Amino acid sequence: MDFLQPTSWTDALAARAERPDAVAIAGGTDVMVDLNFDRRRPGALLDLGRVPELREWAAEDGWVRLGAGVPYSRIIEELAIQLPGLAMASRTVGSPQIRIRATVGGNLGSASPAGDAHPPLLAAGAVVEVQSAARGARRIPAEEFYTGVKRNALAPDELIAAVLVPTAAGPQQFCKVGTRNAMVIAVSAFACALHPDRKTVGTGIGSAAPTPRRAPDAEDFLAGELQAAGLWDSRGRLPEELARAFGERVAAAASPIDDVRGSAAYRRHSLSVMARRAVTWAWNDLREAA
Amino acid sequence: MRITTTVNGAVHEVDDVWPGESLLYMLRERMGLPGSKNACEQGECGSCTVYLDGEPVCSCLVAAGQAIGREVTTVEGLATEGQLHPVQEAFLECGAVQCGFCTPGLLVAAHDLLARVPDPSDLEIREALAGNLCRCTGYEKILDAVRSAARRQAEA
Repeated sequence: MDFLQPTSWTDALAARAERPDAVAIAGGTDVMVDLNFDRRRPGALLDLGRVPELREWAAEDGWVRLGAGVPYSRIIEELAIQLPGLAMASRTVGSPQIRIRATVGGNLGSASPAGDAHPPLLAAGAVVEVQSAARGARRIPAEEFYTGVKRNALAPDELIAAVLVPTAAGPQQFCKVGTRNAMVIAVSAFACALHPDRKTVGTGIGSAAPTPRRAPDAEDFLAGELQAAGLWDSRGRLPEELARAFGERVAAAASPIDDVRGSAAYRRHSLSVMARRAVTWAWNDLREAA
Repeated sequence: MRITTTVNGAVHEVDDVWPGESLLYMLRERMGLPGSKNACEQGECGSCTVYLDGEPVCSCLVAAGQAIGREVTTVEGLATEGQLHPVQEAFLECGAVQCGFCTPGLLVAAHDLLARVPDPSDLEIREALAGNLCRCTGYEKILDAVRSAARRQAEA
């Protein structure tokens, strides 16, 4: 096994192109588990920890361009205002030791349906920026990035450069079910974002389908009902029945399985509860802000 | 591969490191530093917690090569000139150690907490130690020890 340690983005892309047998490693919190347990023996490790470009974020024109190598601890400290949903989800990742190392780029690379970053990225309408030495950069909406269980749209010669997340225009929430507050792989997870500027709603479901996914019917339903009742403008109370119906539509969008962490039925039920609560919290935040 | 890294203040060169091996393995098996413990090898238990460039990390999840040119501090580096650190003294005095396997990781995590937050609330202590499992103590004496260490630190 070789250990490749580029110190610039250009060199990293060149190494990625030359060594299709290399596994990219950033914080190591997923990749090293596979190595420690002998589940993977790649021809090389491509360490992205020395590529400074990946560890930067910048606000640009209504978006945050978050370098793929920014660890969760920094998202919590530095981006709680701009990206509240992602920051909330980041607080639930692993433990302090994990959050200091683990990155959103790693979550996207692993593409586990249980990855904590995915639901808030979907709810916010994030776009993944990937790049190869041969073809340059391309942008993939988060919802098209996840292609199957632990599969993503990344080509073999590409690396994840950054994720572009719209700066929050309204309240965002994240919920996750697990057996304790730390070190939990989500049994189910849900994120929602209110976009009062566009009068739309964003959602993201985790751990309840082969890939993280949105609940488009629930989004359209809630945005339409809020519009019909004039609530986007009046900022009146969110009717409980509406929140409940939204939760049911979110649950209907999932296709969960039974596994060691929970049953499909529990996942559906918990999603409907989380979605009802989360959207009520978010709506109350919106009313308070008015 | 050869790894050059600073561990507990001294520069070390370690040869014949397999590129896929963890920092934990290198510390324990190649450098004679068995203080950091090897338990879950998946970041669940925190027994292998060390400082990497001043931040507490699970050394089982850091590739040895990622420590090249970095500064590592293990539990062996907490005491200075034969004098236990106040956090270590507090763990001894409060009976926060039973089998002792989780202790090195908890010491590093508690040391980090008290360096950042001199007078932590119970919630802050629990949050800071959430990545460290202990199967003996029930954690109460560990919480006692961290509170005691905070008091010692304030008095010092």
